[in-house]
Order: sequence, then structure tokens, then C-alpha cells
Amino acid sequence: MNFLYDITQLIAWALILLGSVMVIIGALGSLRFPDFWSRLHAASVTDSGGVILLLLGMGIHSGFNLITFKLFLIGAFLFITGPTSSHAVANAALVSGAKPSKKNQNETGDEG
Amino acid sequence: MINTMPQFIFLIALILLFIAMILVLIRLYKGPTLYDRVLSTNSFGTHTVLFIGVLGFLSDRPDFLDIALLYALINFVATIAILKFFRYRAIGDVLIKRESKK
Repeated sequence: MNFLYDITQLIAWALILLGSVMVIIGALGSLRFPDFWSRLHAASVTDSGGVILLLLGMGIHSGFNLITFKLFLIGAFLFITGPTSSHAVANAALVSGAKPSKKNQNETGDEG
Repeated sequence: MINTMPQFIFLIALILLFIAMILVLIRLYKGPTLYDRVLSTNSFGTHTVLFIGVLGFLSDRPDFLDIALLYALINFVATIAILKFFRYRAIGDVLIKRESKK
């Protein structure tokens, strides 16, 4: 029983560290990328990978009690609202006339 | 204070989240357009939710998760409200729609 507990703790630590790395990859991408649309792509790494891995790691760490339910609530809410707000930002930028920069286009020059 | 292995892991996660928050704030300051700034604000809110959760686990008070949940709710509403305001110049009902340029 103690061995099983150790294994779950190791999985939880690995998930937390991996989620932190995902979060910092997303932040670095949203700082370094040259274009608004690529920054949007980089920021969604935080919303998808980082949040899920960190909350899953914390939920495994805490066992199964009220804290896990709160983490599940936070995760479900962020899982719904993260793509929604990303879509709202992208839609507002597209309506206002922001275009992807020219050097990121492909050979045919299609503008989506 | 830091004397067990989970606290060490949570401290590393906290430091990485803090660095990520600073990077997003630099983009918020530099961002050339409005939408970069809105995106950075939204991303900063997500980072803050995770930061509060990890801070609660680090200090053995997971009741901070209530505050994180509340912050997630407020963050979503704030992003939608900012976008709606800069599109229609009004938060509530839009009585006069702007004419589209032809």
C-alpha cells in the first residue's frame, strides 16, 4: 500500500513539473513569436497543456477529497472558457482587419 | 520551511510560473496591437489561477482554490467585456451600431 502511494506521488510530481514546463513554453512563445496569430497559437499551449497537466498533478497529489472536486471545477471551467476567449480574441482581431504577416505565408500565397 | 519533497516540487513549479508571468507581462507592455494585450491579459489570468493553486498547495492551505476558481470566473468575464467594449464602445446594450466603412 505504501509502495502504491509512492508511485502515485511520483506521477503527481512528474505531471506538475511537466505542466510548469508547458506553461513556460507557452509564455516564451507568446513573447518571442513575430506575429499576432502565432502568439495566439503559443498562448493556447498554456490553456491546453499547462492547465490540464498542473491540475491533474495537484489532484493526484491531494488524493480524493473536496480539494479534488474544486480542482475539477477549475479545470472544467478553464477547459470551456479558454478556447472561448481565444476564439473571441481571434475573431475580434480578424474583424478589425489584422492579417498574418507576409513572410509566414506558404508558396501559393493563399490568405485563408 | 522547504523540507519535504512535495514542497520542493511545488516551489519549482511556483518559480517557473512566476517567470512565465513576467514574460507575459513583458509582452503585455510591448504588444504592438490591442489584441496582443488582450491575449496577454487573458494568459496572465490563467497563470494567476495556477499560481494561486500551487501557492495554496505549497503553504498547505488548499483553501486558496476557492480564490483561484473565483479568479477564473472573473478573468473570462473581463476578457469578453474588454473585447466587447473595444468593438462597440459600450458595455451594455448597443443602441446605435457603428456604420461599416464602404
